[in-house]
Amino acid sequence: MESVLGRYRNLIVLVLVLFSQVLGLAVQVKRGNANEGQDTRLIRIWAVGALSPFERSLVWIENSSHNIWHNYFYLRGVRAENRELKQQIEQMRLEQVRLNEDAAQARRLQNLLGFKEQFIAKTVAAQVIGSSGSDLSRIIYIDKGEDSGIKRDMAVLTADGIVGKVLLVYPGESQVLLISDQSSGVGAILEKSRLQGVLRGNANGEVTLERVMSDEQVQSGETVLTSGGDQIFPKGLPIGTVMKVAPGKDLFLNIKIKPAADLSKLEEVLVLVEKQERQAVADAHERVRAADILAQRLPSVPDKPVVDPNAPAATTAANPGTKPASGGAPNGTATAKPATGAPAKANSGVATPTPVKKQTVSAGQQALGSPAASAAVKAAKPKPASGNATPTDSAKAQPGPAIVEEKSAPTVPKSQSANQDNSPQ
Amino acid sequence: MPITYTSNEQVEVYRFSVPVTIGVPLLALFIQAFVPLRFPRFAVYVDLPLLVTIFFAMARRSPIAGLFTGAIIGLAQDMLGHNPIGIYGIAKTVVGYGASSLGVKLDVENAGARFLVTLGFYLIHSAVYFTVARALVNMTQSWSWPHGILAGLVNAFIGVLLYFVLDRFKQRT
Repeated sequence: MESVLGRYRNLIVLVLVLFSQVLGLAVQVKRGNANEGQDTRLIRIWAVGALSPFERSLVWIENSSHNIWHNYFYLRGVRAENRELKQQIEQMRLEQVRLNEDAAQARRLQNLLGFKEQFIAKTVAAQVIGSSGSDLSRIIYIDKGEDSGIKRDMAVLTADGIVGKVLLVYPGESQVLLISDQSSGVGAILEKSRLQGVLRGNANGEVTLERVMSDEQVQSGETVLTSGGDQIFPKGLPIGTVMKVAPGKDLFLNIKIKPAADLSKLEEVLVLVEKQERQAVADAHERVRAADILAQRLPSVPDKPVVDPNAPAATTAANPGTKPASGGAPNGTATAKPATGAPAKANSGVATPTPVKKQTVSAGQQALGSPAASAAVKAAKPKPASGNATPTDSAKAQPGPAIVEEKSAPTVPKSQSANQDNSPQ
Repeated sequence: MPITYTSNEQVEVYRFSVPVTIGVPLLALFIQAFVPLRFPRFAVYVDLPLLVTIFFAMARRSPIAGLFTGAIIGLAQDMLGHNPIGIYGIAKTVVGYGASSLGVKLDVENAGARFLVTLGFYLIHSAVYFTVARALVNMTQSWSWPHGILAGLVNAFIGVLLYFVLDRFKQRT
């Protein structure tokens, strides 16, 4: 027996070492998240901790020497570049004006549809200090970790486009899975055709858009954006452009994508540490509804004034819980009405012509009984928001000094005014 | 033919100082992780930890030392990636064992022998990795002979140069 063990000692040791490694692999695979490294985080910290100081030092030396050379010695062509940049700024200012208009219009439309937008609220800049060193594991290491507020599954991007997501976080470093890795997946949408798919990497490091049906028309050069469906990347970030479209298997197209960010030469990246989700809000001074304009142009019959014999008109107007007539009575007396079905907005129920003149009215002026004062009372009285009132509208209905919009518009019937409030915004 | 059959008594067995034993594999891992940031093709065609494994295994000429060298370097390489730990470990364990076993039987001190041995072990390493990744971990891998041979030739060329540098650290037993 001993002779056999001695004779095959090398082979027995080899089998034992291989068996233990296979066993370890099986345990990792069995736990299900083998490709995410959660179970083996502690072991991986050793390797990363052993190498990252050297990588940081080398990156620092490299950057310092690069900066010294480019900022103090190699300044050739800087003046010409400065002139070009100034021209670019002028052109971009002009473009910005146009884009502002477009953005305002988009916000108004989103507001009408009740869209919620995700905004990039906070990012952390990080330096790329290392990689896995293998083409079968497309990851990079960055020099920011838990200490900088980075967490797992945060989006990583550059100014050009998305890069990947944070896979593992260590105290001072993080591991980022690139979108070109075959285990990554990003929700994507084609900019023009609005077709949605899943962006994946393959074994060769190429990025492909999957799950687009073969009967769809996709053209080369089309821009691909994030769809926001993966809950990691906010919607609308650039991913890349379509390079090649070919029929794939299982009735899907094989679409190759050229990433917008150069994944092979990453130096600095941004980690998206905070996202905000909020309702799109249009600018307040532009909240003129089509229904209001239409109501202004239509002929209308003023409401029959309801006279309360127990209370004088001016006192009633100032009494909380009562509602003056829409637009005010022409004779200068404010008329009390039940608040049910009343619009929450200060300018609801009345036509809103342009131009409008804004005027602050104090509480004492509310008793004057003028149309302006009547509107001021409406604005000053807090009422429960009804229908589709937006947060901005509610804010407008707060008590205190009211903003009055002086209107030269005729009175709008109350029934019509109620209908307008129920209409979708 | 550069590969010559020798008896166990004829082949030289070398050892290395502790700093070299630890420092050289670490340096290889460091270069392997850092250089692809500037030269992305480096990771596709060059596997420095593999070359270091082959060198140490052949120089020590002890299968057990060779397989443990391969296992440790391979596992360290696994730790830098996000794939399950053990794929590179298994592949390099096999290579370490094979290289040291070959070193016991053959004298592979000259450039031609080293070139061929490195090319062969690169292909063995790729085959083991491919098998483990597909069969045990269910990773999507595709085998490409042109890529394998080209990368093997590149590694063999770099290996020959590297081995001559590392020869300076050898110590006779």
